[in-house]
Amino acid sequence: MTLEFNATIAARNVKLELTLDAGETLAIMGPNGAGKSSVVQMLAGLLKPDSGSAVLQGRALFSLSPGAQWLPPHERGLGVLAQDPLLFPHLNVLENVAFGPRSQGRGKADSRVSAAHWLQEVDASGLATRLPSQLSGGQAQRVALARALATEPELLLLDEPMAALDVNSAPFLRSLLKRVLAGRSAIIVTHSVLDALLLADRIIVMDGGRIVESGPTAAVLAHPRSAFAASLAGLNVLQGVLESGSLLMRDGGRVAGRLVSAFAEAPQPAGGLEGMAAFAPSAVSVFLAPPQGSPRNCFKVSVGELEPQGEQIRVRAGALSADISPAAAAELGLQPGTEVYFVVKAAEVVLYPA
Amino acid sequence: MTLFNTSIRPRRLRLGAVAAGTAALALSLSGCGPAATAPGAEPNTTGTAAAELSGTLNVYAAASLKKTFTVLANEFEAENPQVKVSLSFDGSSTLVTQITQGAPADVFASADHANMKKLSAAGLAKDSPVDFASNVLTLVVPPDNPANITSFADAAKPGVKLVVCAPQVPCGAATKADAAGAGLTLSPVSEELSVTSVLGKVTSGEADAGLVYVTDATTAGDKVISIPLNLANPTVNQYPIAVISTTKVPELAQGFIALVTGTEGQKVLQNAGFGAP
Amino acid sequence: MPVLVLPKTSRPAARVHGRTWQYTGVPRWVYLVAAVGALFILLPLAGMVAQVNWGQFGALITSEPSVAALLLSLKTAAASTALCIVFGVPLALLLARAQFFGQRILRALILLPLVVPPVVGGLALLYTFGREGLIGKSLTVVGINIAFSTTAVIMAQTFVALPFLVLSLEGTLRTAGQKYEAVAATLGARPGTVLRRITFPLVLPGLISVAVLSFARCLGEFGATLTFAGSLQGVTRTLPLEIYLQRETDPEAAVALSFLLIAVAVLVVALTYRAPKSPLRALMSPEAAP
Repeated sequence: MTLEFNATIAARNVKLELTLDAGETLAIMGPNGAGKSSVVQMLAGLLKPDSGSAVLQGRALFSLSPGAQWLPPHERGLGVLAQDPLLFPHLNVLENVAFGPRSQGRGKADSRVSAAHWLQEVDASGLATRLPSQLSGGQAQRVALARALATEPELLLLDEPMAALDVNSAPFLRSLLKRVLAGRSAIIVTHSVLDALLLADRIIVMDGGRIVESGPTAAVLAHPRSAFAASLAGLNVLQGVLESGSLLMRDGGRVAGRLVSAFAEAPQPAGGLEGMAAFAPSAVSVFLAPPQGSPRNCFKVSVGELEPQGEQIRVRAGALSADISPAAAAELGLQPGTEVYFVVKAAEVVLYPA
Repeated sequence: MTLFNTSIRPRRLRLGAVAAGTAALALSLSGCGPAATAPGAEPNTTGTAAAELSGTLNVYAAASLKKTFTVLANEFEAENPQVKVSLSFDGSSTLVTQITQGAPADVFASADHANMKKLSAAGLAKDSPVDFASNVLTLVVPPDNPANITSFADAAKPGVKLVVCAPQVPCGAATKADAAGAGLTLSPVSEELSVTSVLGKVTSGEADAGLVYVTDATTAGDKVISIPLNLANPTVNQYPIAVISTTKVPELAQGFIALVTGTEGQKVLQNAGFGAP
Repeated sequence: MPVLVLPKTSRPAARVHGRTWQYTGVPRWVYLVAAVGALFILLPLAGMVAQVNWGQFGALITSEPSVAALLLSLKTAAASTALCIVFGVPLALLLARAQFFGQRILRALILLPLVVPPVVGGLALLYTFGREGLIGKSLTVVGINIAFSTTAVIMAQTFVALPFLVLSLEGTLRTAGQKYEAVAATLGARPGTVLRRITFPLVLPGLISVAVLSFARCLGEFGATLTFAGSLQGVTRTLPLEIYLQRETDPEAAVALSFLLIAVAVLVVALTYRAPKSPLRALMSPEAAP
């Protein structure tokens, strides 16, 4: 175990506990104000929780009530990369990257050699003599990454590192991160499901200062349990009780589907099991009248909003969404408020325990 | 309209009654007491026009006159209920600058002749100025007299923190002359810009001794000990007073000067330590 | 994708784009009222310049008392500015960065000399460091006399200029923000290193500006000096005191010296606005990230 961390901050209503394995990258996701950045700040030593502790590689970063141990940021050995690159404006690129090694007590020449190496690692050797004001957003963020890596941190904290980048710079930095994060212990706070998918081994979903969901990235995205994870995965998710190959919802409705294979053979308890039904919006068909005699799931809904979704039109109705072609939308004459039927084949619905 | 009452009143002043009014005033000043303050009761008034002085009088006076002129202005107002005296105290040269730049003064009382001459040269003194008081310098020391000074000569000794006026201001000119008269060479630690600053440095105990006017020493009371200079020919500073030629209330101005130069005024001034002119 | 680019109101943008017209949204009458305000400041300066006797100017400002006063003023203002920096920078740092009990009250009290009349400041100094004062009494016992010395002038000037420096620098420090310092700390820099290598370089241009303005403030100090230090040529009589004194007998000399003081002040202000461009400002300018 590389990191064991638990903390509470009453003022921000944050209370959580997490661990990180050696070489593992953990993505923290969740809506704004969920407390994601607080985790990074507490680990970096910039924000003090009311209680809790953090142990990195057997070394206590802090231990509060019980105990009153608090390592200042400069003694923690963590690398931080935030949304804003925050390159020191009065130092050139090479000096920025050499700042960490210098501060750790290494010689000037040695630090510069190290800085040059890390600039090369992020494909920014050509920028060495530039001032931060002469860099583009993407270049600056690469340099900031090199600067964070140059201290050879035991844990890398990435707080929405691509949020401020334009659509052209983000993919480049993402692939760069994928390269450098391999084999490193890192925590990445992100809003992008793509980041989580490509960079993280495991994902944590936070909401209201608590962890509401966690697991391997692929599993969480395939079988989301929280509304936020469902929206991340782009799936319609319904809650209820699993009962003989279908999900009985609280409103009495029943959703037919197929149980995920891992649970299909397991014996089912008598009273039923709390479970979920998930299906993609693209699997939903929209009709003005209820289809006749069909083994399909049918939901009577009122259209909320219509919005473009790639080549398709996304029809939102309450908690459910359907993706249909613009031609179909025009033919149906959909307007907000139109009463329609969302229909989805049982084969398209995945059932899994909560 | 109350705000403008005072500026309107002088225009209502009845010219025919002015002479009688002034006479009534002179009478009241010569000690007739409050009974004489009702001009209507005067027997010598011509016709039915009762002479009553009214309006606002702006008196610009040297800072050393602050105490005495405040008393005299109150008396003037008490005897002329329709009159408001507005006093302005500052260094004489400052006041002269203000008046030549158009400040609405009616009477100017200077602490020296030099500044009054500047005013006369500018054609702003109505008649020739009259001396109404005099002042001489004295040595003052803090009550605990830290430097053990008992004479003017002691103050000139090395190591004594002596504070005087700068030669450019009237009290400094007098200091220079008195030192020469006593055959002393002064080595002050500070040449202040005004006599009040000199006094302040002594009363605060900052200086061992200071040269100020006798009147300043009187004002300071027991905050200083006064040591006379005992000079054969002390420099006597004359205080002249004059009506400003641009005044709109010459009668009021004359009346006030009459009070200052009269018995009552002289009594107030001499109580404060001023000498006779 | 069409993007509505709103004109930036920040100065660097206007500079870079030269005279290109940009929407400002300032009503016309604002120009008029602003012009009155500007004239109110500029006209008296013009009036002063008009009074200068240029034929005699050289002689008036090179007279022995004038030169002595000018040199004393420059010397004391320089010393006071140095003191302001030495004590003001830590004070501003604490007010801007640290969190401690009574911080707000401390700030309010420290700024007092800015709002009380300088004469009051002089009296306060007198009752503290004067011979009979709170601390002065003890100082006198050990043979230190501050009153009537050049030291007193420097103290009076420092007293009025220090709050000014602290206030301005605190603002600069707050604008500079703590983010860079936090990043530096996560990179392993100790607080001392952060201060030396990050904070100081970032606020240096601001510090230079405010130090120059403090110098100007010291140069103009009159009330506190007069009350606390006295007035003796070459020792305590600074330029403003000399001007006040010259006015008594030689108004022309007073005007000439006043002009000299204004000229020095204008020079100082001009220098301030030519202070090297702040790296922070460069960062914030929209051209920073092309």
